[in-house]
This record gives sequence, C-alpha cells and structure tokens, in this order.
Amino acid sequence: MSEEVVVLDFWPSPFGMRMRIALAEKGIKYESKEEDLRNKSDLLLQMNPIHQKIPVLIHNGKPVCESLIQVQYIDEVWRHKSPLLPSDPYQRAIARFWADFVDKKMPDLGRKIWATKGEEQANAKKEFIESLKLLEGELGDKPYFGGENLGYVDVVLVPFYSWFYAYEKCGDFSIEAECPKLIAWAKRCLEMESVSESLPDQEKVYGFVLQMKKAFGIE
Amino acid sequence: MSKVELVILDFWASPFCMRAKIALKEKGLQYEARTEDLFGGKSDLLLKSNPIHEKVPVLLHNGKPLCESTIIVNYIDETWPSPPLLPPCSYGRAQARFWADYIDKKVFDACDNIWRSKGEAPVEAKREFIEILKQLEDALGDKDFFGGNTFGFVDIIAIPLTSWFYAVEKLGGLKVEDECPKFSAWMKRCLKRESVAKVVPDPEKVYEFVLMFRKMLGID
Repeated sequence: MSEEVVVLDFWPSPFGMRMRIALAEKGIKYESKEEDLRNKSDLLLQMNPIHQKIPVLIHNGKPVCESLIQVQYIDEVWRHKSPLLPSDPYQRAIARFWADFVDKKMPDLGRKIWATKGEEQANAKKEFIESLKLLEGELGDKPYFGGENLGYVDVVLVPFYSWFYAYEKCGDFSIEAECPKLIAWAKRCLEMESVSESLPDQEKVYGFVLQMKKAFGIE
Repeated sequence: MSKVELVILDFWASPFCMRAKIALKEKGLQYEARTEDLFGGKSDLLLKSNPIHEKVPVLLHNGKPLCESTIIVNYIDETWPSPPLLPPCSYGRAQARFWADYIDKKVFDACDNIWRSKGEAPVEAKREFIEILKQLEDALGDKDFFGGNTFGFVDIIAIPLTSWFYAVEKLGGLKVEDECPKFSAWMKRCLKRESVAKVVPDPEKVYEFVLMFRKMLGID
C-alpha cells in the first residue's frame, strides 16, 4: 500500500520544523501544505477541530496532532530507519522528560523575549538562559542529545535555534556568549541535511517577528 | 533475582501522584508511597530526585528517578507490558496521547479557575469547565472507557482529576452529573475498579483540603 503523508504547516513554526526533520530523517516523501493562519483552511479545521493549530500530520487520510505526539508516531511507524527515541524504557523516559522541559520553557519564554519589554523581558531572558544551561548540562560531552546520532530531544529543540537571532536582536543579548556549548550543538545539527533543509534562515524569522511586532503594535 | 524496589514520592491529594499509583496497581506491582510535606518542607530525596521541577510525583525504580506523571505512566506501561494500558497500534497510541495531552492542557486549569476564585466563580470559568467535559464525553462516545472495552491510559490520566470535582461543584455551584451525565457515568465505572477505589481519595476530604488551601492562599 502506498503511504500518503501530508503535513499542514507554517514555515516559521518550530513545531512544524520538528515534523519536517523527523520525516526527513526517516526518508519519507510527503506533501506540505502551507497554512495562512489568519485564514485557516477547511482541511485544517476538519483535521484538528479541537485546537485548530498546525502542524497536522495526515497519514493515509488520518490526522495526528501535537508535535511531540507526531514525532513519536513517525518514530514508531517508521521504526526501522534512524530511530529517534532510545529502545530502553528508562532512557525513553529521560528523553520525554527533556522534550517536555523544552515545551514548558522555550515557547513561552521565547515569546516574552520578542513581545515584551522592561522587567518582564529581563526575567524571561534570565530564565531562558538558565533553561538553556540546564539543557547544556543534559547534553554533557555527547555530540547530540541522542548520543552519537540525532535523537528525539535534538529534533524537539533544534527548531528553536532558527529563532535565536530574533531573540538576540529583540532582547539585546548574545545567546552564544552565555551558552557556547548549546550553540556548538545547534551548528552540529545543522550539518545534517534533515535539519538544514527544515529550518528557515534566521534573518527570515527575524523579519517575520518584526512583522508580528508591527501587527500587534509592539515596539 | 533481587526484589524490584518501587517508591513513589507522594502527596495524597495530588491527582498526578494518583495516576502513578493507579498504573502500578493495574500492573499488580507493590510499591512504597512516601508522603512529602509540600507545605512544611520538601525532602532532600525529592529535591535530589527532581532538581528541575522539585515536584511530586517522583517514581524511584531501583533508585533511578522518573518525573512527570504522564511520562511515569508511559514508563510503567513499557517496563511491565502486561496488562497493556496503551493500544497496540501506533495510531491508537497517538490518539490516546492526544487525549491525555488535552486533559493535561485543559482540565486542571479549568478546575483551578473555579476553586481559586474569590467570591462567586466567574460564569466564563464554569462554562469552560463544562465545555471541556462535554468534549471528553464526545471522545468517549458509546465506549465504556476511553480506550474501548478496557480501562487504560487515558482513563488513568483523567480519573484522578475528578476527585477535585466535588470541590469545584460546591465552590462553583454546578453539578457535573446534571450537565455531563455520560462523563459522570464513566467516572462511576472507573471508581468501581479496585486500583482506582484504593487510590483516589474521598472527594469530601479533597473539598476540606481545598477549603484549607484557600485560607492559606488568602482567598477565604
């Protein structure tokens, strides 16, 4: 049976990027449909009626929603190629813990860095750096969070790297100065085609952020 | 073979701790529950085992810590596969994880918005709470449990939160049974199971705890 894979996506979304990387790692051909989030398609509303958000993975007509769930699904269905989660249950639990940590911290703190000012922004920057330092601790001396190869946590975290330039410009700080190990890790990931083909240019993301600031009336 | 050591760093009223305990009981596993004093002072063991979040539950399996209740339940299911809590097929598992994630994103905060409110609970908070339960009723459909005929992953994630519903009903002036009879029936079905009945506390006790907590927070 031929596999039909469609992804409803939005180019700057780190959650969409996770999908792109995972599918590329597995060598899966898919059709990508770009959504206009101000005018969501009937297909999106039909496939994700609860949250009405992207990305949506549609596999042989059946939808899978929420990026962490989607990456795990892709890993299970196409297990034979480039496994992302470890096979040992304890190591899997550790990987899930750090993916959950990324989701608890990055989206909210990142948004506060580009969308707020003053004390709120300063606190967000501080907590953002602290979170990255904790991730550096978990990485240790390994080339990737997954060990010798790209793994679940790498796929979950590296998309946010495409937003780092925007955070730095909006927050007037250098992430590399504070977390050089993490930046080295991100650059290492970008040497992989699955990652470099999936992440947009950082300047492009910054341009998008400036557009959003204008649209929301944020200086 | 050496004895398996399972310890849960616990708090009786925490729905998240209840999830882990129910999952262990469903697998027929013995464990020691150590109560943490969340108000007086967390133990060194808790702070060492969960340095990032410093929260319960923590499951210690032969001394190795696992944190975050949904991750703990997944771990228990993968380590002791029988009887299975998650469906066998990948799509079924993705659906189960979706609803567990929905419950995590929505139910706890919706309860919070009612029991933490000063004076009368906001109409919007009550409306949202009922809407969420109706959404879950939809997902349940005509099935006995979220996974189908057997009690499983999503039921374990959801049922502990319902021990706080009596408090929400009293403080919010609403009745879950009247608004969402199907959901109420599912609650009663789950509470008949030994694992659930032994772990989930009396909702009246939870209500007393919530009243005490409100006083502590200066709401009452």
